This record gives sequence, structure tokens and C-alpha cells, in this order.
Amino acid sequence: MRSLVERWFGGWLQGLGRFGLFGKEVLCSVLLHWPRWRDLVAQIHMIGVKSQSVVLITGAFTGMVLCAQTYFQFHKVKMDSATLAVVSVAMCSELGPVLTALMVAGRMGAAMAAELGTMRVTEQIDALRTLATHPIDYLVGPRLLATLLALPLLTAESIALGIGAGYAVAVGLLKIDPAFSWFHMLKYTSHTDLLTGILKAVIFGGILAMIGCYKGLNCREGAEGVGRATTEAVVYASITILISNFFLTLLLANLLA
Amino acid sequence: MSIETRELRKAFGPLQVLAGVNLRVETGESVVIIGRSGCGKSILLKHLIGLLRPDSGAVLIDDENIAGMRERQLLQVRRKFGLLFQSSALFDSLTVAENIGFVFEREGKLTPAKAAKRVDEALDMVELSGARDKWPAELSGGMRKRVGLARAIVYRPQILLYDEPTTGLDPVVADSIDHLIQRINKQLNVTTVVVTHDMRSARRHGQRILMLHDGRIYAAGTPDSIFNSADPLVRRFVDGVADLNPRNHIL
Repeated sequence: MRSLVERWFGGWLQGLGRFGLFGKEVLCSVLLHWPRWRDLVAQIHMIGVKSQSVVLITGAFTGMVLCAQTYFQFHKVKMDSATLAVVSVAMCSELGPVLTALMVAGRMGAAMAAELGTMRVTEQIDALRTLATHPIDYLVGPRLLATLLALPLLTAESIALGIGAGYAVAVGLLKIDPAFSWFHMLKYTSHTDLLTGILKAVIFGGILAMIGCYKGLNCREGAEGVGRATTEAVVYASITILISNFFLTLLLANLLA
Repeated sequence: MSIETRELRKAFGPLQVLAGVNLRVETGESVVIIGRSGCGKSILLKHLIGLLRPDSGAVLIDDENIAGMRERQLLQVRRKFGLLFQSSALFDSLTVAENIGFVFEREGKLTPAKAAKRVDEALDMVELSGARDKWPAELSGGMRKRVGLARAIVYRPQILLYDEPTTGLDPVVADSIDHLIQRINKQLNVTTVVVTHDMRSARRHGQRILMLHDGRIYAAGTPDSIFNSADPLVRRFVDGVADLNPRNHIL
């Protein structure tokens, strides 16, 4: 039993070390070998533009359901007009960045792992190396930078649409006074809430791109290897986003207070 | 450019694939490495271009040891090489022309017109002028090999490595690829290493043939000496006779 735990822990530490070295290599690549704009724009299109529909739908319906649930509770204590304030703060600092990151992790984290994994098992990564091209420069750098740039923008869109949809439900469906709703929302939502959400989005973008690319570049041989890498990329990225969200909330609350 | 390995060793877990390989290929020489499937021929080839790192030993390219080099240093060394992969390893998201002109497009040293001209020249050399705008998925096995070869030769390397160039092709296409390789080697006057278990191919391409067995160079010589060898192991391989002794089975 003890040796099993030691082996598992040793393997986990080894994996962490390998991921750390990968991170160092990616950092050096991004700083010293800035990707070409053409590659970067292509990735921004893939990650940013093509993820919009899924992110916007998620943001809108999250804002709407949050508004309805909050109203059902607040109505009991006659605090109806504070409903939109709760929606706004929650969307800005928590739900917007986390749900956007999870949706993009499911879509693009998986795609990165599958694409790079397939390239690895079909020797395309080796072909890149024989053509004097570093795979990290060509494949990882543009994906990482594009995600770092696209995720905050997607998050901002998701937040805006979530609040807008929440407002529509509050005013149109639940008949809450629009002036008081708007006034309370502005009163209780501070710029630090929005800044918290955007900073989280940048960090989550880094997490999902790094895990997606790492899993793809290190996948095992064959279709099963690619499949496993894809699954692991989504699962690990999602778990890491959720865990890091808690610590980021505490950290950013202290830093931005 | 010359290639040399000294006591090259590589193991994957408990499996010792290369157990001290010593070989030398002189500048402009054409050497064929033969051996049974799974004996480590492709692994050896990948060491020659630095795609794999040995556990110990040296790989000397023009007397410069590349075994301990970092990846970015190796990228510079690999500019001297062209490698035709067994699977062709074409980039499936790029067209044939984009595959071949990949290096020019990345480096941006040539104008688009000059790069296109070089791509067309390479396509002419492999007799695939009409396939410029096709996607890799639209190509047959033989055509993929030709495109892979065009990509390997387009930037005029000094060393050409071929990993099983005729594997998986029908005899007619394999024969045409063999002729193409012969013609290109003659035209470019490069140092060549061909890994194969196709004995007809080996006889055609090799000024010298090396046989890899048990992780070492077991036999070496001219094609005639290998094909007329009395050594039972070489004889069995040349004649394609199954070895019924399970101790000698690698896979």
C-alpha cells in the first residue's frame, strides 16, 4: 500500500515537474520568439470568434436563471430591487469568468489536445522539428497568447449579456421596478468586481491553453492516446480552473480591496 | 557531410533498442540500413537527425557531436538534413504547395514568387506538378511519399534520410519511388542513409549495406558481399526465410 502511494505521489511530482519545464519553455518561446501575427490572428479567430455563440448563450441563460432564483428568495423579504445587484456582482466576479473558462476549456482545450495529439502520433511534430521549426514556437505560443487575449473579451461579453438578460427577466417577467433595479445594481457593483473577473479570465485562459497544449504534445500513441489526452485536457483544465478560482477570489479580494 | 555514431545506446524502459551502434557514412556516400521490423532502424535514423536523444554515445555530423545539443541548437543542425518519413508526415491542414514551401513561408527569406518557383521545381523533380493545390487527404500513398520527398529536398539539404521509403506501396509504385530516389540522389549529390527491409530497394540504393541486429551493426559491406554472405542470419534476411527459433525473435 505504501509503495503504491509512493509511486502515485512520485508520478504526480514527476508530472508536475514536466509541466513546470514545459511552462518555462513556453515562457521563453513567447518572450524570445514572438509568434507571427498571421498565426496569432488565426488562433484568435478559432478561440475567440468561434467560441462566441456558446459563451453568449451560457452567459445569457446563467444571468436569467440567477435573476429568477434570487428574486424568488429576495421577494420573501421584500428586497426585490436588489435582485439585479446580486446578478451583476455574481456575473462580474464569479460566474462570468468561471463559466466562460469552463465552456472554452470544453471547446478549445479539447480541440488543442486533439489537434496537437494527432500531429504527434502522425509524426507531424517530428516533421516540424526536421524543418527547423520549434513546435512550441509554432504551435503553443500562438494558442497561449490568443487564449490570454480572447478569454477576457469573451468573459466581458458573457458578463454584459448575463446582466442584460437578467435585467430583461427582472423587468419584463418579474415586474421589478427598473429604476430601482438599475440604481441598486450600479450602487453595489464596483469596478473591482469587474477587474476581478477580467483578471481571473486571463489566468484561466493561461491554464486551459497550457493544459490543452501540454496534454496534446505529450499524448500516448494511437487513437486511444489522443482520446485520453483530450479527455484529460478538459477534466484537468476544468478542475484547475475551479480550484484556482477559490484561491484567486481570496487573493484578489485582498489585493484589490 | 559525414555522419558517424559511436557506441550509441538507447533503451525504452527495459527494452534495449540500440546497444552500442558504431557506424560512419562518408560525405556523398549512400548507405542502406537493413534489419527486421522492430530492430531499431527507424530509432537509429531519428538519432542521426537529433529527433531522439541517446542514453549514451555520440552522433557526429561533420565531426560535431549533436547528442548533447539543446533543441534550438539542433534546429540549426537540421537545416542540413532532409528526412522522408515512413508515414510521409505531411501537415494535413496545409495544401501540397504549402507543405513543400513551409520553410520558406516560415523564414520569409525568399519572396513569395521565388518561394513558389522553388516549390514548383521540387514538384517537377518528384513528377507531381499537377498536385500543387491538393490536400494530403486527397493523395494516394505513393503521391504522399513524393510530396514528402519534395518537402525534404526543397531547401537543398546536404544529407537525405529515408525511413522505409517503399513500405506500404504496391510493387509498381515502390519501383517508381526507388527510381525517383536514385535520380534525386544523383542530381543533388547528397550523403544518403536509407532505412528499409525491402531488399530490392537496398540493392539499388546502397553503396554499402549495414545490417542492424540485436541493437548493433551485425554485418556491413557492399551490396554484393551482403547478398552473397554465408552468414546464416544475413542469409535468412536476404532470402526472406522465417527464423523458427523464438530466441531470435525481436517482436
